[in-house]
Amino acid sequence: MSARTTTIPLHQIAHARAGDKGDISSISVWAYDPGDYPLIKAQLTASRIKAAFPRLIRGAVVRYELDHLHGLNFVLHEALEGGVNTSLGLDSHGKSWSYLVLGLAIEVPENRPMGRSGK
Amino acid sequence: MLRMGCGAGFSSDRLEPAIELAQKGRLDVLVFETIGERTMAFGHRDRKLDSRRGYNPQLGARLRGVLPACRHHGTRIVTNMGVANVAAAGELTVAIARELGLDGLQVALVEGDDVTSSIGPDTVLVDNQGKTVAEVGRPVVGANAYLGIDAILPALETGADVVITGRVADPSLFLAPIVHRFGWATDDWPRLGQGTVVGHLMECGMQITGGYFADPGVKDVPRLADCGYPIAEVQADGAAIITKLADAGGAVTQRTVKEQLLYEVHDPASYLTPDVTADFSTARIEDHKGDRVGVSGATGRARPGTLKVTVGFDGGWLGEAGVSYAGTNAAARARLAAQILEERLGRHSGFAGRMRIDLVGLNALHATAHDDSRDSADVRVRVAMRAIQRDEIETMLWEVESLLCCGPAGGGGYRGQITPSVITHSALIPREMVEPSVRVLVA
Repeated sequence: MSARTTTIPLHQIAHARAGDKGDISSISVWAYDPGDYPLIKAQLTASRIKAAFPRLIRGAVVRYELDHLHGLNFVLHEALEGGVNTSLGLDSHGKSWSYLVLGLAIEVPENRPMGRSGK
Repeated sequence: MLRMGCGAGFSSDRLEPAIELAQKGRLDVLVFETIGERTMAFGHRDRKLDSRRGYNPQLGARLRGVLPACRHHGTRIVTNMGVANVAAAGELTVAIARELGLDGLQVALVEGDDVTSSIGPDTVLVDNQGKTVAEVGRPVVGANAYLGIDAILPALETGADVVITGRVADPSLFLAPIVHRFGWATDDWPRLGQGTVVGHLMECGMQITGGYFADPGVKDVPRLADCGYPIAEVQADGAAIITKLADAGGAVTQRTVKEQLLYEVHDPASYLTPDVTADFSTARIEDHKGDRVGVSGATGRARPGTLKVTVGFDGGWLGEAGVSYAGTNAAARARLAAQILEERLGRHSGFAGRMRIDLVGLNALHATAHDDSRDSADVRVRVAMRAIQRDEIETMLWEVESLLCCGPAGGGGYRGQITPSVITHSALIPREMVEPSVRVLVA
């Protein structure tokens, strides 16, 4: 078994949805294949999300885990320019923040079986 | 079993799939959820301008569309379309029922969520670093407490055909009919927790039947243009099957249900509503195929002692204006236009407030997340500004429009709009300060 790895966008192995409450954005991330959940859980930490978007997320990032459903929930504080009623952004709800997270790179084994995705 | 449908998940949700659901869904209850923090504040504003308004503007169209079928099938309607004027919504509903020949239709009104008079300058805003109402420095438009099932249940007990509320917690609109049907105790926390999950899954309408989900080639949804609203088949223990009309577009799968399970949820083990502290973390989701997904196993703990209140403030105005550049060197021309606007709005207009300029097509939605590093031959300069004084916004729109003649080459497609703005914050008040009431109108 080779230990070599390659990186892929999270979008290939997970789906996500963003929601908002006030200035807090919440993003749930779900593995398409339960077999990919452990490596997503290991690599997609709260501190990684916070570090990836320092200008966007001005507060803390908290992660909750739903292991039996193979999903992670990220709560991003102070991440919506004050919230939907004060933001000047085009996407004032942060509906598209889910695709920021899905654009992050995940390291996977090079010999990972093909075809694991939403298809 | 209780068969519930959701015919709207937000104020501007689609009409005709709701009529289809009313006609073909064999529903016991049809729920319309239409209030958001923004629409609540706009309800107050509308009511101030005209005492006969302030309810959901689509209430008339929705009820005209579904009332005949609901009467025919014995389907009860539960809705928060009363928004900031439940009384006027009730009167309109009665008038529509008479117009449709549905004499005798009973409409129960749930009131008491408006707590504007209980909010003072010293009221603390829990989502604003503990600042007070006075420190926001803007006029309060209105304040509403999130009512729960204890306010809705008496309305259902009257036997009314239509129950109209103002601000209630969204899942409570669904939980109340479940509790009413199965006679659950209002302190049966585990069951209320499971029922709240069902309500939470249903409250956003098509967000569980394929809406806000499709990602072509990865997460495809059949016939999204004809997406159907959801149906919940709820058992006496609160376990439910989420499904849709067989001939409607969309899909109900484990994936659509999972995404909605945590939508706008923070800690899945502590989802606070006026009814219960729901625990979604133990929920089981089982795909029975054929657009039927089972949801069970959620639980709950005692409800919070306080009620959440949304306080709306007059936020002045939001202005948005744009002009586009396309073809060779479009990005450079758009950047030049943005520089001109920054310079002129600061130097000539003296505007020092909050303004944002985006380059749509290069990096707009994610501009605060990562730097603009792409190129495009089709770029729109978008300017957004908030101000208390409307004339400052008008100046901005004028400056953007003037780029057509005074700006970079080939600029076109100017559009500008000014919309009233509200600011919302949250407060907590003791339950005792809120006194919900029910009255019944008959057509």
